[in-house]
Amino acid sequence: MSSEITICRCEDVTEEDVVRAVREYGLTTLDELKRVLRIGMGPCQGRTCLRLAARILARETGRSTSEVMSLYPRVRPPIIPLELGLAALLEGGDGGGD
Amino acid sequence: MTERLDVAVVGAGIIGSATAYYLAARGLSVAVFDREYVTAGATGRCPGGIRQQWSTEDNVRLMMKSVEIYEGLSEELGAEIDFHQGGYLIVAKTEEERRRFEDQMRMQRSLGLPVRWLEPGEIKEMVPQLDVEGIGAIGAAWNPTDGYANPFKVTYAFASAARRLGAEFHLFTPVRRVVVEGGSVSGVETDKGFFGAEFVVNSAGAWSREIAETAGVSLPNRPYRHEILATEPVRRFLEPMVISFHDNVYFRQSHAGAILGGWGDPNEPPGYNLSSSPKFLGRFSRLLISYVPGLRSVRVVRQWAGLYDVTPDAKQIVGEVPEVAGFIQANGFSGHGFMAGPITAKLVAQLISGEPLDLPIEGFSIERFRRGETGREASVVG
Ligand SMILES: Cc1cc2nc3c(=O)[nH]c(=O)nc-3n(C[C@H](O)[C@H](O)[C@H](O)COP(=O)(O)OP(=O)(O)OC[C@H]3O[C@@H](n4cnc5c(N)ncnc54)[C@H](O)[C@@H]3O)c2cc1C
Repeated sequence: MSSEITICRCEDVTEEDVVRAVREYGLTTLDELKRVLRIGMGPCQGRTCLRLAARILARETGRSTSEVMSLYPRVRPPIIPLELGLAALLEGGDGGGD
Repeated sequence: MTERLDVAVVGAGIIGSATAYYLAARGLSVAVFDREYVTAGATGRCPGGIRQQWSTEDNVRLMMKSVEIYEGLSEELGAEIDFHQGGYLIVAKTEEERRRFEDQMRMQRSLGLPVRWLEPGEIKEMVPQLDVEGIGAIGAAWNPTDGYANPFKVTYAFASAARRLGAEFHLFTPVRRVVVEGGSVSGVETDKGFFGAEFVVNSAGAWSREIAETAGVSLPNRPYRHEILATEPVRRFLEPMVISFHDNVYFRQSHAGAILGGWGDPNEPPGYNLSSSPKFLGRFSRLLISYVPGLRSVRVVRQWAGLYDVTPDAKQIVGEVPEVAGFIQANGFSGHGFMAGPITAKLVAQLISGEPLDLPIEGFSIERFRRGETGREASVVG
């Protein structure tokens, strides 16, 4: 079942890595998978990998994919990678983001 | 529910997870409760810096012992933790800072820390990309045995090892109340029911104050937001963690090449605000570019925030509270709970099992605030 199929290109994580992490640590959420395997921490912010990981997590924990997806990790700003030189122009503003 | 536990631990950050490991290794029955998951709190939001250059002797001793543990931890727990001793370079910008660092380095060296002063030219040799003149550095305190480890890997390694030794982890299970009967803890009331326990360890990070309150214990801790960001990976050029108390800033390069860094806003009000601000993004980016101009076109990929749990003297609270027997505090770590984690957890386990302690913990007692005998930890990015 588990295989060499790549789930996350940014962090080079395979389906087998996901299955192993879920079983070893008893993970139940995408937030935990993100922390253990860094899925979704790359520049793409997990647009495809988290969906793929959700399917595996659902299968492993006997739940539906939509149930797993309902606890989707927060998207961290910036939505699109921003050069430090441009970010340096930002002033003020105390709130916002996630 | 089950039989009475020896110890109920509140919070599955570095402190709670490591405490569970050291307790389970001593044959005690332990359950850890977290209202979310392992590393959901400050632990999963910190960059994992490990520093022994502190202004108070008890923190220097504590962190030196912690580094000893970190050096053998990967082997002990049977897991990779990315521990790396690339040093901490603490930039001095004023003569006042230089004098303060010199006093501190004398004390640190007397305790066996290989710390020394770097002249501006030596800083440049060590990190050529650092704009030493531009930032106005007059030198730096340098300790080569400081470094970092990966907070996720360390904490999950402790949690896994604890589980293998029989510790239970009840995740997504908030603790509602620490139950006290006749002046002693009797257990914890959770969303999954009551768990009886001989001891309760309060390692709920920035929420420790709320947990303590349920047992009628008042902690002086306050939560403060601290923001941080990560860039895309760049070619490895930075071995040490670079920090400045003057600018309230720190940054390092990760194993994978990303720059991780933060700036502490001195005007941040206390509270549970976890939002990411443009103010931080702008301010930190300007600081980082001033330190390393070559990073100007490198892109920021993630920005987030975590909470410091801050006491009036910026030092942690570790030990039993006198008014409730069996109620152990391990909180109030400001910006150094990750580095202090392994040794603190071991000391808590030794305390609970009645063993001699590796280090005295009187200096971290809650009683110091009540007696007014605090010795402020000054070397913090606050
Ligand atoms: C931006 C930033 C940078 C930092 N940099 C460093 C650094 O370089 N080096 C360093 O050593 N330290 C650093 N720190 C500090 C460090 O992260 C903390 O001191 C440390 O992680 C605290 O660990 P902990 O286990 O005590 O708390 P946490 O990791 O916060 O864990 C507390 C846990 O308690 C749980 N909890 C809360 N309420 C309840 C409840 N009612 N019931 C059950 N569970 C509950 C939470 O969900 C959480 O998982 C930094 C912190 C921040 C925010």
